[in-house]
Amino acid sequence: MSSTMSGGGNIQLLSDTLAQTKAENRAALIAYLPAGFPTVDGGIAAATAVLESGADIVEIGLPHSDPVLDGPVIQTADDIALRGGLKIVDVLRTVREAHTATGKPVLVMTYWNPIDRYGVERFTAELAEAGGAGCILPDLPVQESAQWREHAEKHGLATVFVVAPSSKDERLAKITEAGSGFVYAASLMGVTGTRESVGAQAADLVRRTRATTDLPVCVGLGVSNARQAAEVAGFADGVIVGSAFVQRMLDAPDEAAGLAAVRALAGELADGVRRDS
Amino acid sequence: MPSEFFIPDPEGQVPSAEGYFGAFGGKFIPEALVAAVDEVAVEYDKAKADPAFAAELDDLLVNYTGRPSSLTEVPRFAEHAGGARVFLKREDLNHTGSHKINNVLGQALLTKRMGKTRVIAETGAGQHGVATATACALFGLECTIYMGEIDTQRQALNVARMRMLGAEVIAVKSGSRTLKDAINEAFRDWVANVDRTHYLFGTVAGPHPFPAMVRDFHRVIGVEARRQILDRAGRLPDAAVACVGGGSNAIGLFHAFIPDADVRLIGCEPAGHGVETGEHAATLTAGEPGILHGSRSYVLQDEEGQITEPYSISAGLDYPGIGPEHAYLKDSGRGEYRAVTDDAAMQALRLLSRTEGIIPAIESAHALAGALEVGKELGKDGLLVVNLSGRGDKDMDTAARYFGLYDGEGDAK
Repeated sequence: MSSTMSGGGNIQLLSDTLAQTKAENRAALIAYLPAGFPTVDGGIAAATAVLESGADIVEIGLPHSDPVLDGPVIQTADDIALRGGLKIVDVLRTVREAHTATGKPVLVMTYWNPIDRYGVERFTAELAEAGGAGCILPDLPVQESAQWREHAEKHGLATVFVVAPSSKDERLAKITEAGSGFVYAASLMGVTGTRESVGAQAADLVRRTRATTDLPVCVGLGVSNARQAAEVAGFADGVIVGSAFVQRMLDAPDEAAGLAAVRALAGELADGVRRDS
Repeated sequence: MPSEFFIPDPEGQVPSAEGYFGAFGGKFIPEALVAAVDEVAVEYDKAKADPAFAAELDDLLVNYTGRPSSLTEVPRFAEHAGGARVFLKREDLNHTGSHKINNVLGQALLTKRMGKTRVIAETGAGQHGVATATACALFGLECTIYMGEIDTQRQALNVARMRMLGAEVIAVKSGSRTLKDAINEAFRDWVANVDRTHYLFGTVAGPHPFPAMVRDFHRVIGVEARRQILDRAGRLPDAAVACVGGGSNAIGLFHAFIPDADVRLIGCEPAGHGVETGEHAATLTAGEPGILHGSRSYVLQDEEGQITEPYSISAGLDYPGIGPEHAYLKDSGRGEYRAVTDDAAMQALRLLSRTEGIIPAIESAHALAGALEVGKELGKDGLLVVNLSGRGDKDMDTAARYFGLYDGEGDAK
């Protein structure tokens, strides 16, 4: 199952997965779900369900009290998780169980303060031990990231940086040189949340990013349906979907219905990333 | 001619090029904002070197704001401060009623230089929001102010003032519905609209260059106060005292006194119902280093890095963070920080009103309460300069309820 390399973390599994989807001539489907939402066990079930239903990779959100880059949907889910008493140990358990059940790569996405406070060495060691593949830290810019990268590398974890349409070319080069696993290209200028259409800036950003790196470039922000997934799959190595999953769970009358809804969405999106748009 | 009122730090030892004041500061921002924040830094450096910028800002500070602000001795108040001499730096007399206008006019000029047409800002007590709405009216800029829902209620007068000035005021309903959440929402707006929008940040926190830039715009407070106290008292004060929320009025007063090693720099944090109750916003007293709103500083947080909800009767101080330069002053020992409860601040508010005919903002009343303590510690030979950062009109509803001043309530406390 988990390919254990020297550092313990599953960065190689992440890279292999993205190489495999490329070999299949399609984009990878990457899902985002916050840990602890609607409960810790419910979050584990949801993460496992999307991986079983077509997602290739999952990002587990570690909720923060002040999610400045998230729109109202993920804010609501984070709030439910934190009010439920979610702790980092629960996030790590979510990573472990989703990975163990599916053998697929599981990353953590969060803000910098929880990790800074918890301790970078402690967090990276425990995430690697739980089978995690890496981390996305959208408020830790490359110039502040040296300490994080040192520990992540030591423990075999990918450091996935976010690039934005406003990133200048020379900065893109600096970011992709420091990153590993893949590059998260934000499709538009804004916070998380579903949008009617994927920004026209996305394709241009992917092109500019690829000019600086061989890392896969995956696109997130605003993608919510199979049509958009197919469109993005036409120019990116991966399609990242978060708020649309969370919204389906928020809309569901109970946990079972929520699980059925995220399974259905994962299936639709998995079709989308295999479609020629 | 050198600028008389725009007086950026001539030493420039902190922050470093990366925006660090010792271990604090930096730039913890999403990639989408990096270009915009860098643009602010570049434009500010250019403006600092441009005599035309200083001349335009000076003209506004004199003819629009009313600088220099007075230094008022308050002997009847000082009788309650151990007999020490107490002088108030009257930032409450500035146009719009607080120190906030100093920074706002500087950043509004920068906004024009950057060619941006829209300004957003956060506000707690509403003083920064009112100042921002004022500058936007003056310069013809579109203006949106984010304010926690709780603060829109306790500072309703300022909400009306902002709307009168043509600003859109958005009540933020997330989180603790106070200043912290207003900043979160302003950041979300900025990420989405950064092309044409400047985030006119209101305090000496946030990512580099905001802590240094906002400090520079307020540095005039201490430069004037230092000159005025030498003129009036013939010597430097034993202490400069200011309230601290994010820390802008305090750093403005303190900064010119930093090289004067014998002048104590005393910041008064909101202890709310008492630091021991957990219901407070005394970040330097009870916080731990962490990252909030773009920089590393002291933060009120739990052991897992979740920010805890602050409390203060004062909307302007009700914030779980603090500017990084204050964290640096605290750790270096140059600054002293003490916590002042709601009750002590409210008593000081009434005392100044009744002994001197000056109604201070509840924020500034924290500094006055601190000055009463420090004065008693120093005794009759003591000499204090206290920053009266804002006037209390906006707080009359809170004060009336606290003291029972409405008809039929009697004088409760």
